[in-house]
Amino acid sequence: MEAVKEKIQAYNVTALRNKFPVLNVKVNRHPLVYLDNAATTQKPESVIKALESYYKNYNANIHRGIHHLAEKATVAFEETRTEVQKFLNAAHREEIILTKGTTESINLVASSWGRKNLKENDEVIISTMEHHSNIVPWQLICEEKKAKLKVIPISDEGELDLEAFRSLLSPKTKMVSVVHVSNSLGTINPVEEIIEMAHAAGAVVLIDGAQSTAHLKIDVARMNCDFFALSAHKVYGPTGVGVLYGKKEILEEMPPYQGGGEMIGEVKFEKTTYNELPYKFEAGTPNIAGVIAFREALFFLNANNHTLIHEHEQRLLEYATKKISSVDGIRLIGTAKSKIGVISFLLNGAHPQDVGVLLDQQGIAVRTGHHCTQPLMTRLGIPGTVRASLAMYNTHEEIDLLTEALLKAKKMLL
Amino acid sequence: MIEPLSIGKIEQEIIDDFSLFDNWEEKYEYIIDMGKKLPPLDDIHKKEENIIKGCQSTVWLVAEQKDGRIYFKADSDAVIVKGLISLLIRVLSGQTATDILETKLDFINKIGMMQHLAQTRSNGLLSMIKQMKHYALAFNTVAS
Ligand SMILES: Cc1ncc(COP(=O)(O)O)c(C=O)c1O
Repeated sequence: MEAVKEKIQAYNVTALRNKFPVLNVKVNRHPLVYLDNAATTQKPESVIKALESYYKNYNANIHRGIHHLAEKATVAFEETRTEVQKFLNAAHREEIILTKGTTESINLVASSWGRKNLKENDEVIISTMEHHSNIVPWQLICEEKKAKLKVIPISDEGELDLEAFRSLLSPKTKMVSVVHVSNSLGTINPVEEIIEMAHAAGAVVLIDGAQSTAHLKIDVARMNCDFFALSAHKVYGPTGVGVLYGKKEILEEMPPYQGGGEMIGEVKFEKTTYNELPYKFEAGTPNIAGVIAFREALFFLNANNHTLIHEHEQRLLEYATKKISSVDGIRLIGTAKSKIGVISFLLNGAHPQDVGVLLDQQGIAVRTGHHCTQPLMTRLGIPGTVRASLAMYNTHEEIDLLTEALLKAKKMLL
Repeated sequence: MIEPLSIGKIEQEIIDDFSLFDNWEEKYEYIIDMGKKLPPLDDIHKKEENIIKGCQSTVWLVAEQKDGRIYFKADSDAVIVKGLISLLIRVLSGQTATDILETKLDFINKIGMMQHLAQTRSNGLLSMIKQMKHYALAFNTVAS
């Protein structure tokens, strides 16, 4: 007990909160309780400042100008790439492709890798708990290539059925694309095991890290995934920036995704040659300000002790799970053994949207609906859930406020 | 037959009702109560062609014309939406097509419920109002 207390003290959540300006706003005359972090996290001051500073001090297009500002912007932009490489523990900086977000990263792989490598009757395996961003791109390419999409089933608790996965694997399996952490349920999937099994069957693996990156230590070398996709805006960074990590030897063999500026070697009307990695996959002017500011988000994460953040979030998850399920008529959705701070639930007799509206009236931001995982909702036989999702700056008091607000909503609705 | 109240008069009645509420709880309790009291739509009407799909909640809407006036019936699986539907029906049902087409439904803003019509709410309410006007337009065209 003493040890626990010490740790709680060591984690200074108030100091942390002070770094996020938006956490001070009032919503419907209540202090904001922001529990929609799986949708997007809030941004620390340093990230906001970096965005502003770029536009104020050195706004210029990158990689093409010879003037001072262009040089400065290019250096700053490329520094983010290096920082991402370190953050993910990738072997080479050209393995880091800067994209718009997870969705674009997955589309890039499905489109470029898929076009080159998939053929009729090949199989792509995803899981029941995928976000639409990790379903639709594969449907599109599978349809085009007459390949088949196979789906790993889950248990009622929301855990992947690894035995079923094993039996889906075959020499026909060319790609396994699964989510690291479920945005609707919080389940942490055993990706290392999945990757090992997939590799043994000769398949390539993409991990959708949209929800895991802010909460778990990511090490792509140890994980040994072939691709890893993430969104900066879910990791305390700006919107419109994402990462695709890919193993160099695989990326090198892939055709370009989009054509345009930046990605070319030489353009002739007879034949165009392509730029080298990573620029081959970065057509057009990117979100320069966002990429530069993303580096600050990574600094911010690195400056905070990862273990302490994780322990804090796990304590909060445990507390929130207990508090919320103590409300009569609450049914938790997603009770996997290994979870991050996502608490999805239903209130018997009430539509999730009604619960969400009444929580909003009390200053509490949650998400309601299917969370872009309709096949998962269908599997669970529910129209959607109310989802509270935690980040490093959430507090036990906020969970108490959520619980009180929930009791009030219940009283009003039922 | 007595002439029904005009849209403007009914809107004013609702605005007056809402001005009595001191806080958001009273306001929402009233809307929830209205939602619960709105007679559910018969299952035969709950078919695909009557669905106005929001992203999260579903709204069903049917309309019929009698003696130059349009009558609406509607339902939803979410009770707050249903309460707001009941207000819309109170205002628009039994009115003429011309009046329905002309109204701007200012009362929604005046009772502080505009946020529920925002696109992001995805609750089908905005589409429902559009659909009510479409019905009015269709009936109007047929009649003239
Ligand atoms: C698991 C998962 N995958 C993919 C995405 C898509 O991310 P983005 O919209 O940033 O591209 C999300 C975002 O909600 C997600 O939670």
